[in-house]
Amino acid sequence: MSEFLQHIANTLILGGTYALLGIGLTLIFGIMRVVNFTHGELYTFGAYFVFLISSVLGLNFLLALPVAIIAGLVLGALIELLLLRPMRGADIDTTMLVMIGAMIVMQNSEQLVWGGVAKSVSTPFPETPLVIGPVSVSYLRVFVLVMALLLIAATYVLINRTKLGKAMRATFQDRDTAALMGVNVRAIYTATFAIGSSLAAAAGALLGPAYVISPHMGDIASLKAFAIVILGGLGNITGAAIGGFILALAEELGAGYVSSGYRDAMGFLIIIAVLLIKPTGLFARAERIG
Amino acid sequence: MMKFKLLAGAAAFAVLAGTAVAQESIKIGVNEPLTGPFAASGTYVTNGARIAADEINAKGGVLGKKLELVIEDNKSNPTEAAAVTEKLVTRDKVPVIMGAWGSSLTLASMPKLMEYQVPMLVETSSSGKITTSGNPYIFRISPPSSVEAAAFKPMVPKMTIKKVDFLVINNDWGRGAAEDFGKMLKGENIQVGLVETMDQSAQDMSAQLAKIKASDADTLMVTTAVEQLTLVLKQAAALGMKKQIITTGGSQNPDQLIAQAGSAANGTIHLATFAPWQPDSTPNPQAAKYFIGEWKKRGFDFPGVTESFRGYDGIRTIAAAIEKAGKPEPEAIRAAFWNVDVKGLNGDIKFQKQGPSGKESGQSVPNVYLIKIDDGKVVVPTM
Repeated sequence: MSEFLQHIANTLILGGTYALLGIGLTLIFGIMRVVNFTHGELYTFGAYFVFLISSVLGLNFLLALPVAIIAGLVLGALIELLLLRPMRGADIDTTMLVMIGAMIVMQNSEQLVWGGVAKSVSTPFPETPLVIGPVSVSYLRVFVLVMALLLIAATYVLINRTKLGKAMRATFQDRDTAALMGVNVRAIYTATFAIGSSLAAAAGALLGPAYVISPHMGDIASLKAFAIVILGGLGNITGAAIGGFILALAEELGAGYVSSGYRDAMGFLIIIAVLLIKPTGLFARAERIG
Repeated sequence: MMKFKLLAGAAAFAVLAGTAVAQESIKIGVNEPLTGPFAASGTYVTNGARIAADEINAKGGVLGKKLELVIEDNKSNPTEAAAVTEKLVTRDKVPVIMGAWGSSLTLASMPKLMEYQVPMLVETSSSGKITTSGNPYIFRISPPSSVEAAAFKPMVPKMTIKKVDFLVINNDWGRGAAEDFGKMLKGENIQVGLVETMDQSAQDMSAQLAKIKASDADTLMVTTAVEQLTLVLKQAAALGMKKQIITTGGSQNPDQLIAQAGSAANGTIHLATFAPWQPDSTPNPQAAKYFIGEWKKRGFDFPGVTESFRGYDGIRTIAAAIEKAGKPEPEAIRAAFWNVDVKGLNGDIKFQKQGPSGKESGQSVPNVYLIKIDDGKVVVPTM
């Protein structure tokens, strides 16, 4: 039983970050119909930003997260303005190729700047774990979970309770009608891509210190993000949030009770099952955005 | 017109190739992971190799020619490792290669060595299969897991171990280590419990560790490289795991663990193949001191020494073989490997025959040490 409780605690901790990873990706796909292959690189970018601020410049660790979020916003807006805006109206395959190219360039730039050897960030959190009954977790991971939940809540409020969010939802439902109603669709696209990117950077900034930071960390992160998005339904934010926790649960219980060799396969087995039974994702019937 | 361009291109290529031959140097291919999950280790080994080449060249080179390392990145990926081997042989025309760090990387390169009949000195890989599969182009200076396990055997009764769980990297190296150590431990009447694996690029091992934490074993043996090992130790500490942790494989870089895993590294025990903390008690103190001094002089981090010495020993062994062969040609170097006797930093490097007769691989038997991290310091327990 205590092992099971530990697995559930691990699921919550891991699921929070998976959800954060999935939301940024699903937001961009839902509104812009762009498959963002740079998602994992934006995640890596966020992680290196924390390394830069807290380890290279020696500034406060807690300062790193907001700065990484802002840097992610800026970089995302730049990618949208320079790469995606000129491609508007091009078919989805062309845009996809451009994004794959951008991913390769970003990954190699990271390698050029930081080298191939992984970096580790020290944090102000105590090394002794937080123990509650049979469950034990590190303070850093609790901080990561809390911040991830806050960011997910903030995204939810932004989309459902603000004017920008309303414009985003309108654009999602019908781009042309939204434009006729006076929504500046081009600005909405830039904002959407910037927000989605900053969520990826935030996930990297949170998880980088928990793991090690390397130029290839984005590969596995984007793979998981895609899995979560398919699981939750493309463009479905609530679906991505829940999908993140489901993937974490599948991996955790799969490794704990089936076989650790199939840990990463568990998530994909679920996805195959979902695609066979409910191809639009688990939560397709809910309102698709927000 | 098109034809003319092609001809011009071919001519230019021939000229370029010609100048490459005209340079008085002997090329040695270096096939290492410089990016990907094993980047830290591969970079250490490559820097060790550079020190050896520079040292040899400063003394006049080999056969009157300078050594030239042709370094290629195999990206921690077996497919790339095979491609790098092919590239080094066919494009750079190297007569001998050092590589490829990981067992899976080396195993993927081995058919290419057979195909092109070029010898490779294996500096780090641990899988038993490498020297027992009948590849006569393989000469290994690192200990296979079975040798590590045999070296650990006499220490086992002096430690308190009743039951062991394994957590290993899910490749030829990790699975081989679990098998060889498991066999040895069973022979010592020690129970073997769980054998859990982790993907080489996995960053979160909490699920496996939660399962291991709940088992009744008192000891956990971990086999992986330093980056993943750091995460395992941190995550085990976060789960409040109280088991004794022993690591194998020689790529643990204890000082790096202390720096990056902090107090989570305390109390952990490691089987290492070089103990640079007391250079005077290494098998070859003079060379060890020179190497450590040169390593520091170049501004590299001290923790890398436990890994980089293999690159240094590897290139010195290759240079000795070329010297004995009398000419930088693959077949002559392959034959000469059997006659080398190099004073390595971790004992004498001499190759013994291993594998099916008629197509044996070479295996040198280095020393294996047990070290412990105690209160943020490396100690060598006396046993």
